Order: sequence, then structure tokens, then C-alpha cells
Amino acid sequence: MNRHLAAAALLAALSSPVYAGPPDPADPLASVMWDVLRPELFGTAPVQFDDRVTVTAPDNAENAAAVPVMADATALGAVEEMVLFADLNPFPVILRFQPLAAKPVIATRFKVQQATPLRAAARTPDGVWHIGGKLLDAAGGGCTAPPATYAAADWADHVGEVQGRAWAPTGEDKATRVRFLVRHPMDTGLVAGIPAYFIEALTLRDADGRALARLQTAEPLSENPGFTLEVQPAAGARSLTLDGRDNQGGEVKAAIPLPWVQGALP
Amino acid sequence: MRALVALLLLVVSAAPGWAAGPLTYNLKPVAIAPDTWVFEGTREHFTRINGGNILNPGFIVTDAGVIVIQTGPSRRFGEEMRAAIATVTDKPIRKVFISNLHPDYWLGNRAFADVPIAALPGTIEGIKTEGPGMTENMYRLVGDWMRGTEPLVPTETVYGSTVVFGAHRLRLIPLEGHTAADLAILDETTGVLFAGGVVFSDRTPTTPHADIGKWLAALDALDALEVTVLVPNHGRIGSDKAAIAQTRDWLSWLDRTLRERAEAGADMAELLDAPIPERFAGMGVLREEYRRSVSHLWPGIEKAVLPRVN
Repeated sequence: MNRHLAAAALLAALSSPVYAGPPDPADPLASVMWDVLRPELFGTAPVQFDDRVTVTAPDNAENAAAVPVMADATALGAVEEMVLFADLNPFPVILRFQPLAAKPVIATRFKVQQATPLRAAARTPDGVWHIGGKLLDAAGGGCTAPPATYAAADWADHVGEVQGRAWAPTGEDKATRVRFLVRHPMDTGLVAGIPAYFIEALTLRDADGRALARLQTAEPLSENPGFTLEVQPAAGARSLTLDGRDNQGGEVKAAIPLPWVQGALP
Repeated sequence: MRALVALLLLVVSAAPGWAAGPLTYNLKPVAIAPDTWVFEGTREHFTRINGGNILNPGFIVTDAGVIVIQTGPSRRFGEEMRAAIATVTDKPIRKVFISNLHPDYWLGNRAFADVPIAALPGTIEGIKTEGPGMTENMYRLVGDWMRGTEPLVPTETVYGSTVVFGAHRLRLIPLEGHTAADLAILDETTGVLFAGGVVFSDRTPTTPHADIGKWLAALDALDALEVTVLVPNHGRIGSDKAAIAQTRDWLSWLDRTLRERAEAGADMAELLDAPIPERFAGMGVLREEYRRSVSHLWPGIEKAVLPRVN
């Protein structure tokens, strides 16, 4: 690990930066990909490396096909958008997330192809991207291994099935925790003979259709991906709806009950 | 430029296991019962310092030859084992038993290619399918110690039975739970139990192929045996069954904790740093193995608490 880090630092120091705006702070993770990803993901917007954006993940990926990660930017206050990305993955962006009526915190699982920096960036209303992250070691191969889904002959009958649940709000922010799993192979397109096939968009809505959280999901999310969100539905809402689609036009639709709500406003 | 070269030199010399001279496990057989020796491994995870020496392989010297139980994590380990056995006895190796498919049990097989290597059918199947991948990962984890190591699938299938070598009656006990096929060996003549992968002692159990329910049943089966010395495959060798109780305690706590947290709405990532009770603090690689177990067990547990909603 030390050797890789040092090599990455040397490379970063020797190559000229692609980004042409005002000088950026040095990348604390010394990633060889930072100069490429910076303009791709953030354009000319200002960035800062910020410990208030936390990324919780193991140091070592035990299962390269499903690494748990939680990104939390609640310490920043208002956040308009978050991006979760792994620099050295063939598809760096794991997902984009707009917490419209939700806390800027999201957890999921993703595939990792090799040891990589893993980061979350959160954009505050002033347009600044705040970036936190950590190094993730991995034997790798998660993005180029065929999913287990196809071992079952009837897999196609189950695509789009949703398991989910919401928990009664706790704490001052009255946020409702929602967790859901969507059955989907989430093919990256990197396995020979298996075209890209993955969920592209998911929106969690209040009972009246108002979007609470919007997700733009990408190839690296694990097979049968799972999500944890904390949303703020209107008082009295008795259920949330989840809708989305994959890149081949398949739809996801589900209703997640809020069983503790009695339906009558006080 | 000079600074660059100096930095590179520093980086190279700081890489563990590179500049340390010839690698050796320095194996010393420890007598634990009449005719019975064990090579005690560390209670760590695989590292470039320990070269994968985390297991307690052993051997029994009988009039019919030497019975070897597990061959260690690398070809080098197997060769050193064989040389160390030769310092104790000049009898030939008669047979090798492998308890499960995990790489530290059988990657030394190349050093015993001239004798029958026996394992349960499920272990042989597992080594055939997962062996090459596990071998590659061991090269990544411990590096040069693995030089010359290639998978060698066990050559003889065994089932639950009692086999006799010289004066030693060995009861082969097929179990499951730690993996799909776990072989325990009770030497009825000396009362030594080579428990295989199902018993850990002061070393956190590993769960990559685990089924906790079946594992707890396997512990009950071993608990019922008459045993004078218990050799867990990882950790302290003991004259009582405390290691069985400790393994049961850990697995029960782990399973219960994950289920309770899943029921309460926790995400997998939040489990990584969850508190572990003080009574487990003495177990080796505690946090690391706990996190690995979260990765292995959580997806199944999570599914059970999330109802279908479409």
C-alpha cells in the first residue's frame, strides 16, 4: 500500500494538471486520477477537501462485488447534490443523489475493480463541492465478474422486485429512515457477452408525488442494490412511493408503508 | 533527482518481506500427546510478516507411517513441515488429511504430492472451484512466501468412518457450518481432537463460507466427545473444551447482534464500527474478522427483515 501511494504521489507530482482554473488544494488521497476526474465531475466549480463529509467503508473489500459504503454530509447543513465515486473504477461514478426533502446521507453497496480512493462530494448552495474520502484496498475484479443472478433460470421474472421498509422518525430532525433493495443484475457491460443492463434512476416520493430524494444510479452499484436514505415526508403521509427505470426501459415501482402513521392529522 | 532516487530506495526498503533475507517459517514441532505433534501458528490474519502461518497443522507418528493433518498456507510451509517431521521420526509419510477448503489448510500440498491427500467430497469440490482464486489472493496477501505454490487438489475422498494406522484409531467426523464440509479427526487412542475449522481459540472465527446454524450444531457434536487435548485449527491448544464454548459464544453474539441491528433499521456500513463486548477483547484479529463477518452474513440477514413492497 505504501509503495502504491508513493508511486501515485510521484506520478501526480510529475504530470501537469488538466484543470486550468484557480489552483486546487492538494488531493489528500494523492490519486493519479484526480486531475482527470476533477474537470469531468466538477467542471470549473470550486472544490475543497472537507472532513465534514464522511465516508464509512471497510479498509479492505471483503467482497469486491458488494462493498458497503455510507456517505454523510449532514455536518455541512444544506446540500443540493452528492456524488459518490471511486477514482480507479472503470466507471468512477457510483451514484448521484439529490436530497430534496432528505438528509444528505446515503448508504449503498458497490462493485470495486481494484484498490482505489473512495469519495463522496457534496455541493452546498454556494456552489462549492466539499469532498471527503478514504482509501479502499481490494483484491478487485468486482466490475468484470458475471453476476450470480443468471444462475437462476427464472431471474427475468424477478427483475424490479422491491423489498423495503421505513422506520418511525427519531431525533430532532424527524427524519424517517427508509431502506430498500431492488432485484436487478446491474451489469456493467464489461463482462464478455453481457451487455450493460443497470438501473439508471430511482426517485423516492411523498404520498402526494412530491420527490423527496432523487438518485441517478450507475454501473458500479452492486447486483440487487440496496439503499438507505433519511427522508422528511409530509406529516400524515401513510406511504412513500419508489419509482425508477433501467437503461433498457424496465420500470421499478413500489410503495413503502409508513405503518406508524394513523392517517388522521392531529 | 537525487531526492527522487532516495525516495524510491526508501519505498523499496520499507516494503515488508523484501529485504529481510531468506524467508523461513522456522517451524518447531511441539509434542502435545504420545506420538502427536503440532506446529503452532500465530493468532493473526495473513500478513507479509507471518507468511500465512496462522494455522495449527499437526502430525501423528504411527507404526504404519506418519499421518499429517493440514499442510499449511504455501509450498514452502509444506516443505518446512516435512523437514521438521523428519527431525522427529524417520518413518515415511503415510497419508495427509485436509479439513476444509480454506487456503491455509492445503496450499502446502505440493510438498506431499507423493502420498495420498484425503478430504471430504465437499472440500474437494470447493478446492476445485475456488482454489485458483484463493491461491491468487494469497500471493496478494503474503507475497514472496508463496513462491512456487500452486493448487493441488486432494487425491482421495473420505467420509465419516474410523480408520486404523498402527496403534492409532482415527475417527473421521464430517461436519458443516464453518464451510460446506469440515473434517474433524478424533484420535481415539490418545484422545486428541483435531477439531478442524469449526473451533477457534482466542482467535476470532472466520465466516466466508459459514452457515451459523449448522456451525452451532457442529459445536454441539464436538462438545459431546471424550477429549484429552483439543487442537483448534487457529489459536491456543487446550486440555478442556473452553475453545468450543468461546466459539459458540462468539457466533451466537454475532448472529444475534446483526439480526437485532437489521431489525432496527441499521445499514451494513454502520455495523463496521459497532461495539464488541469486552469479553471478546482477547481474541486475535477481532475487529478485522468481525468486519469480514459483517460482509459475509449481513446480506442474508437484511433480506429477512425487509418485506416485499411491490
